[in-house]
Amino acid sequence: MYIVKRVLTMFLTLWVIITLTFVIMKCIPGDPFASDADVLPKEVLQNMRAKYNLDKPLPVQYVLYMKNLATFDMGPSIKSETRSVNSIIADGIPASSRLGLQALVIALFFGLLLGIVAALNHNKPLDFAAMLFAIIGISIPSFILAPLLIKYFAVNWHLLPVASWGTWQHTVLPSIALAASPLAVIARFMRSSMLEVMNQNYIKTANAKGLSTMQLVIKHGIRNAILPVITFIGPLFVVLITGTFVIEKIFAIPGLGKYFVDSIFNRDYPVIMGTTIFFSTILVFTLFLIDISYRLIDPRIKLTSGGN
Amino acid sequence: MTNLLEVKNLEVSFKTFGGEVQAVRNVSFHVDKGEIVAIVGESGSGKSVTVQTIMGLIPTPPGKVKNGEILFQNKDLLKLSKREMQKIKGSKISMVFQDPMTSLNPTMRIGKQIEEGLIVHQKLSKTEARRRAVEMIRLVGIPNAEERYNQYPHEFSGGMRQRAMIAIALSCNPELLIADEPTTALDVTIQAQVLDLMKDLKEKTNTAIILITHDLGVVAETAERVIVMYAGMMVESGRVNELFENPRHPYTWGLMESIPDTNAAHKSRLVPIEGSPPDLFSPPKGCPFAPRCKYAMEICLSEMPPAFEIGEGHHSRCWLNDPRAPKVENEVAAGREKQ
Repeated sequence: MYIVKRVLTMFLTLWVIITLTFVIMKCIPGDPFASDADVLPKEVLQNMRAKYNLDKPLPVQYVLYMKNLATFDMGPSIKSETRSVNSIIADGIPASSRLGLQALVIALFFGLLLGIVAALNHNKPLDFAAMLFAIIGISIPSFILAPLLIKYFAVNWHLLPVASWGTWQHTVLPSIALAASPLAVIARFMRSSMLEVMNQNYIKTANAKGLSTMQLVIKHGIRNAILPVITFIGPLFVVLITGTFVIEKIFAIPGLGKYFVDSIFNRDYPVIMGTTIFFSTILVFTLFLIDISYRLIDPRIKLTSGGN
Repeated sequence: MTNLLEVKNLEVSFKTFGGEVQAVRNVSFHVDKGEIVAIVGESGSGKSVTVQTIMGLIPTPPGKVKNGEILFQNKDLLKLSKREMQKIKGSKISMVFQDPMTSLNPTMRIGKQIEEGLIVHQKLSKTEARRRAVEMIRLVGIPNAEERYNQYPHEFSGGMRQRAMIAIALSCNPELLIADEPTTALDVTIQAQVLDLMKDLKEKTNTAIILITHDLGVVAETAERVIVMYAGMMVESGRVNELFENPRHPYTWGLMESIPDTNAAHKSRLVPIEGSPPDLFSPPKGCPFAPRCKYAMEICLSEMPPAFEIGEGHHSRCWLNDPRAPKVENEVAAGREKQ
């Protein structure tokens, strides 16, 4: 029952997002051919607009778009005429999602580790070191970290390729650059959550059973401490796997990230819609999975559709 | 004699921003095999710190054991390594805590929580541990043991959770069970059930129990010996019958007087002990109870009273027991015959 309701709400949410994006997008001044307006004759512009239905009233455009969308056809890109929006996404997503997943794994593993180590050594040197590291990770933007990584690991020490895409070596530096800031955030979340949990009475009970510190942390600590982190990694996962503008640009990775930004500058309406729909679909679906995983992690959380 | 546990001159203090709190001051007592010893006292009197020190549960820092020995089966627990202590915790000495609502891991099945100790200490296989856990659930009087095994703490009521805690504590047949106010968070009818259960299990397994409480009624009903603590010190101790019939410390009198009298025909006012406990940052030089004591003499303020021996095993730290002190008719005796 909960799941059925939840799935229906997901579709409703998506519909609202699509509609809002459509309207807001059309509110931006200019259109895909604005830059050509001085060069091309009026008639040509007229024809081009007609081709993409841009000459019709907004409600008609909306209905036409939704009709196509119902068949999973998101139309052609206006700026790169030969490609459909579907193929842009299909081409970009392998690189982006691989990079994103690797970054997520790195961020989760080291973030959790750092947070737990810091919490267990509360107010000791190791704690300060971990948190210093975390603050550095949060404060240094990826567009500074990435060139630094390239300078040392690629240019000076010749350990890894400078940029572009192909072998797994190409994925190392961008993954690290991408992981740094979420890693730091996860570490801080995990530390504070873990500190709270380790002060709970049930940890004292477990300690009184004669469990080792390792067993205490693994069997009683982490599972109770991880909920706030899970809340954070849902949206993070989506942001990472759908591609990031800055990192993909710096490392010249053929991902999806640049389309999120370029399409808006170009007023490439179908691509704006396509990337937004793609992003929000994954986001909505991930949040749904996260909600279900809460239930698996914490049995006290009941998934109910009603108010009580 | 067969002293199971002997605490000698224990001193524990905590470093805080305000200074050093002397939570436990020169406490010595012993527990025999199969005996129930109660520790009574108000909040902050050092009861919990004393027993948590025995279990090695005091976080250090800020806590610190300044002095003393805790001999358990003639081994000093304070000298054991962390690993050796882990072998004793949960298997030979185990503990039941005050608040059953927060003392169980909310994300772990009850059965699994009972099994843990069995797997660690007795190296039981999973199936054996499971069988034993179900048996323990049944033993502490929880119906539908098989079903309860798979439930989570939030599906248990308060009394049931405390029973589960007792099941965890007794799973490895400990020699000593420390119960830190096991009934304080429960309502009265459940309190009686839990106490009966503990007494019952003690009879069956011959486990010694240290029972911490501030309820003298509970002491009278369950314990064989009692230790009264005040401001981190033992002020009076002795066999329960002896101490209730012939209490020899004004603080003990105060505690007895302050028990609500449910038999009173008219609405009687509760009798409090006036004042508040001393500042443990800098405890007074003399008797810590002197500022609140109706019978305080000059010497009480300047010199710490020794533990006077009243009868066999009955000690009181009060100058009134000195032969030179004026005779004071103690106001209360067991049964409030006065009223």
